[in-house]
Amino acid sequence: MTAMVKAEGVHKAYGAVQVLKGIDLEVQTGEVFCLIGPSGSGKSTFLRCINHLEKINAGRLYVDGELVGYRQKGDKLYELKDSEVAQQRRDIGMVFQRFNLFPHMTAAENVMEAPIQVKGVSKSQARERAHELLTKVGLGDKAGNYPSQLSGGQQQRVAIARALAMEPKLMLFDEPTSALDPELVGDVLDVMRDLAESGMTMVVVTHEMGFAREVGDSVVFMDGGVVVESGNPREVLTNPQHERTQAFLSKVL
Amino acid sequence: MTDKFDKEPADGKPSAGVSKEGTALAPEAIKAIPVRHYGRWISGVIVLGLLALLINAFATAKKINWGAVGDYIFDPTVLAGAGRTLLISILAMIMGVVLGVILAVMRMSKNPVTSSVAWLYIWIFRGTPVYVQLLIWFNLALVFEYLNLGPFYKDEMVQVMTPFMAALLGLGLNEAAYMAEICRAGLMAVDEGQTEAAHALGMSHGKTLRRIVIPQAMRVIVPPTGNEFINMLKTSSLVYVVTYNELLRATSTIGSTSYAVMELLFVASIWYLVMTSVFSVFQYYLERRFARGSLRQLPPTPWQKVKANLISIGGRERGASA
Repeated sequence: MTAMVKAEGVHKAYGAVQVLKGIDLEVQTGEVFCLIGPSGSGKSTFLRCINHLEKINAGRLYVDGELVGYRQKGDKLYELKDSEVAQQRRDIGMVFQRFNLFPHMTAAENVMEAPIQVKGVSKSQARERAHELLTKVGLGDKAGNYPSQLSGGQQQRVAIARALAMEPKLMLFDEPTSALDPELVGDVLDVMRDLAESGMTMVVVTHEMGFAREVGDSVVFMDGGVVVESGNPREVLTNPQHERTQAFLSKVL
Repeated sequence: MTDKFDKEPADGKPSAGVSKEGTALAPEAIKAIPVRHYGRWISGVIVLGLLALLINAFATAKKINWGAVGDYIFDPTVLAGAGRTLLISILAMIMGVVLGVILAVMRMSKNPVTSSVAWLYIWIFRGTPVYVQLLIWFNLALVFEYLNLGPFYKDEMVQVMTPFMAALLGLGLNEAAYMAEICRAGLMAVDEGQTEAAHALGMSHGKTLRRIVIPQAMRVIVPPTGNEFINMLKTSSLVYVVTYNELLRATSTIGSTSYAVMELLFVASIWYLVMTSVFSVFQYYLERRFARGSLRQLPPTPWQKVKANLISIGGRERGASA
């Protein structure tokens, strides 16, 4: 197994506020990697660094062996041009907490947009693929609906289909079920479980400990911008070694 | 229905929906007497009465020759003037919208050169009167004697800067400055998450703007733009200073030669009202189009509203008896 994501001493600060204080971790290809921790621990920020929505201040971050956002020549780093950053992002799918579907497009159009605009796929081909993906997430009959006509859970599944349409090698999930009614969480988690079984590499920021335990291959507990504890979710979540982890888990479980 | 028969007696006490015969019915529809709005009726009558008095005062004014209004309303010169007003307003507005969007995007750019250029443009064109701008364009030959585009085109500026060109540039470039601010507000109103989602999919800045942000900004941009256009129809009367023969100039010319100044101003006003009314209908449909996706159900068109009202009046009887 090779590392799909590799972080070496990743630091991120907003002005004087240090959000990430040296993250080192590796996400192996094909694994489901869960990031847990209290709000403000930096887990979402770290996730957003992986596809360069946030610029890191120090350290190195690699996706599939490629430096994210920079090019290294000798010991000098060069910032990538916007078009090169966009090129890198093509292969990384992202699902947001608040879905961020395009409200002026139907579900199918949302899914078709990037393949047509970015990859130059033909419209008919993109439509066919969109229907396949929407069927896969259980929304084959909602292709013509606008996001405002869908429930939160349905919107999030469309968002997953939209990300998958680019055939990414890595999927990032930023608290994908946090904005959903408890009843609807299950549908989204089912889709993610199927995706994990198909062998997709996934980095998931989540508060769903059940999901992390059942589906996750690795889990990292973050607090205050550092990794506190990591390992197999069945061990970390049931028998945490660090007292900060114990305190957190006793509150959420 | 059969389920209801089985269930309702089972829970012991009859519910409100069960009548004496024991047949289960939906609760009877409420037939209450609506609140009477006497105040509305009284104020409505008063307003209509005052309006009638006002119309009467104008209509019977001995010093206004209403016959002249009828005589000149379809006068070819007036019609041509109205056509020019419409033409210059539409062209200037198109110029304003296109340039305005470009300026708004430039103003919000990360590039300090483009954002400063946009800022400077808006500062100058919004900060000086249109009247002055029109005259500057018209008299541009004072500064640039020739328009010289190298191998492509060369001519004397006086030849190029016709009244039409001066009017178009004066109105269009001024409008662009206002439209830029309207567009900027619209672009800023689109949720940041939309840009992030598009970027995360690998879309470039340009594509994100064109495909994702601008279409959503339009919903915010269209209503004030409609307002701007209606304003433009009337501001266009200023172009008389560059001798462009639009509606107001055409009517005033006739008015002063035929000694019917006020009458011809009424003629002009009627045409302005017609144009703004027609445009308001167009704007309604435009807003409806850009509301796609943001509302669960599009608002009805005026025609659908009339139809729905007719059906509900006709259907009230049936609804009550069923």
